[in-house]
Amino acid sequence: MRIDVSAFLGAYPYRRVPGTSPDALREAMDRVRIDAAWVSHLPSLFWRAPGEGNAWLYETASAERRFQPVPAVHPGLGGWEDALGEAADHGAPAVRCDPTYYGLDPAGAEMRVLTAACGAARVPLLLAVRLEDARQRHPHDRASELPAAAVRALLRSDEDARLIVTHADRAFIEEVHFGSTPEEAARVWWDISWIWGPPEDHLETLLQTVGVQRFVFGTGQPLRLPEASVAKLDLLELTPEQRAAIESANAREVHAG
Amino acid sequence: MLIDVHAHFYHDRTPRADWRERNASRLRAGEKIGITVHVGSILGSWGRTSPIYFPSPADLEYGNDALLALQRDAPTRIRGYVTVNPNYIAHALAEIGRCLAAGMIGIKLAASRRASDPLLDPVCQLARERGVPVLHHVWQHRRRDWPGQEASDAVELAALARRHPEASFLLAHIGGGGDWEHSLAALRDVANVYVDLSGSGVDGGMLESCLEAVGVERLLWGADLTLDTAWAKLRYLERLLAPEDLERVKWKNAARIFPRGAFPAD
Repeated sequence: MRIDVSAFLGAYPYRRVPGTSPDALREAMDRVRIDAAWVSHLPSLFWRAPGEGNAWLYETASAERRFQPVPAVHPGLGGWEDALGEAADHGAPAVRCDPTYYGLDPAGAEMRVLTAACGAARVPLLLAVRLEDARQRHPHDRASELPAAAVRALLRSDEDARLIVTHADRAFIEEVHFGSTPEEAARVWWDISWIWGPPEDHLETLLQTVGVQRFVFGTGQPLRLPEASVAKLDLLELTPEQRAAIESANAREVHAG
Repeated sequence: MLIDVHAHFYHDRTPRADWRERNASRLRAGEKIGITVHVGSILGSWGRTSPIYFPSPADLEYGNDALLALQRDAPTRIRGYVTVNPNYIAHALAEIGRCLAAGMIGIKLAASRRASDPLLDPVCQLARERGVPVLHHVWQHRRRDWPGQEASDAVELAALARRHPEASFLLAHIGGGGDWEHSLAALRDVANVYVDLSGSGVDGGMLESCLEAVGVERLLWGADLTLDTAWAKLRYLERLLAPEDLERVKWKNAARIFPRGAFPAD
C-alpha cells in the first residue's frame, strides 16, 4: 500500500507541466504503483479565493476512489470555517493552506486561528514549504518559501494541531524537530519528496535522528516526477515495517487522528 | 551499461569529516542502480583551503591525485575528469596533460572563469587535440552574479562551443537549479554541447523538453549530488524512450564523446 500525500490536479501557471489531468494522474499512479493520492487543486493555490477550487476537487475525487481531496482553506476570507466543516463532511484526510501564496503572515493571527480550528476539528493541516526550486522560479513567482519558524510557531500555538509539511529539506526538518518539544514534534509529519538520498544520505540520517514515524510518502506530482520518492526508499535498507510506515501507515495514522 | 557522467568524490583534505562514507555511499547506491562507471571530479579541497569554485593550483593537484588514487583502486568503476582553474592557465594545461596521461578521460571546468572568456580557449584546444570532453558547470539562466563562483549559463557555454566546434562539451546538471528552459533554448542549434541530466531537480516535463530541444543523441545520464533523483529520471526515461534510445542516454552517447576505451564495453 502506497499513499501519496502530496499530489496536484490542474494547470500550473508558471510553466508547461504535462500530466495535470485526473486521467494523467491515474496513469502516473499506476506507473509508480501508488494506491491512493491526497490531491489538491493546483490552480486555486494562485487564486484570490483558493476555496473556489474545492467544488471541482470534491467532484473529481468522488469519481475516482483512489483520490482523496485535500481542499484549500484561506483563513483570511469570510466563510473559511464553512470550508473546514465541508472538508470534514467529505472525509478529507487534510486541508491545505499555503499562506505565503495567499499573502498571509505564515505565523500570523489568521494562521493561528485556522490551526486551532483544524485541531478542534481533528483535521490535519497540510502546508508546502515550496513548490519549485527557488533558483528556477518564474520572475513573477515571488511568494516566499514557508519559514521553519512558522511551523514551530503553529505547532506551539495549539496543542491539538497536527501538521503535514511537504517539500521540506533536511535542514528545515531538523530545525523544526529539534527546535520543538518532543510533544510538539510528535504532531508534525514530513513528506519525503524534497529530502536528498545518497550519497549525502539526508533521508537515511533523518530516519535515524527524527524517526521513521514522522515521515510520509509524498511526491509533489505532477510538478515533480513521482519516481523520485520511490527511488529514495528503494535506495534505503528498510525493514518491511519501516517501509510500510512511511508509505502508508503513518499517513493513515495522521488521517485517523 | 550505465555511465554516470557527473559524479563527485571527496578526500581527506576537504571540510567533510565523513568523506569516506560519502564516497562509499555513492558506490553502494551505484551498485543498486546498476551504474557501471562513475565519471567523477574533485573540486580541489571543496572549500577547505581555497574556494570550491576558485580552487588553488595546489588544491587542484591534491584533489586530482586523490581522484587518480580512487580510479586506481576501482579502475572499472571510477574514471576521472581532471579539474582545472583556467585563471592559472599554464598550470591548467600542464595538469590536464599530467592527469590524462595518468588515465583521466575528461576535463572539468567549474566556475572559476566565465565560459565565454577567451582564457578558456587553450583548454578547449587541448581537449580537442586529446579527444576528451569538457564538463562545464552551468547555472541555468544566471540572472546575476552569485557569490563564490563566476558561474556561466548556457548562452555563454554555447559561445565557447561555437568557437570550438570540434570539441565536445557537457552542460552540467540541467536539473541542478535555475531556469532549464532558458538553457535548452540556447542549445538547440549547438551540436557539440550535450545535456547532462543530473541535479536534484526532477521537474515534470523537463525530460520531455530536453528531448524536444536537443534530441536523444545529445542527452547524457548523470547524478551529481543526488543519486535518488538520477534514478528517478532513469526510471522515467525507461517508460518514455524506445530501448535503443534509452541505451544512447545510458551510455552510448557518452561512449561517443569520451576517448575510445574509456568504458568497459567500449
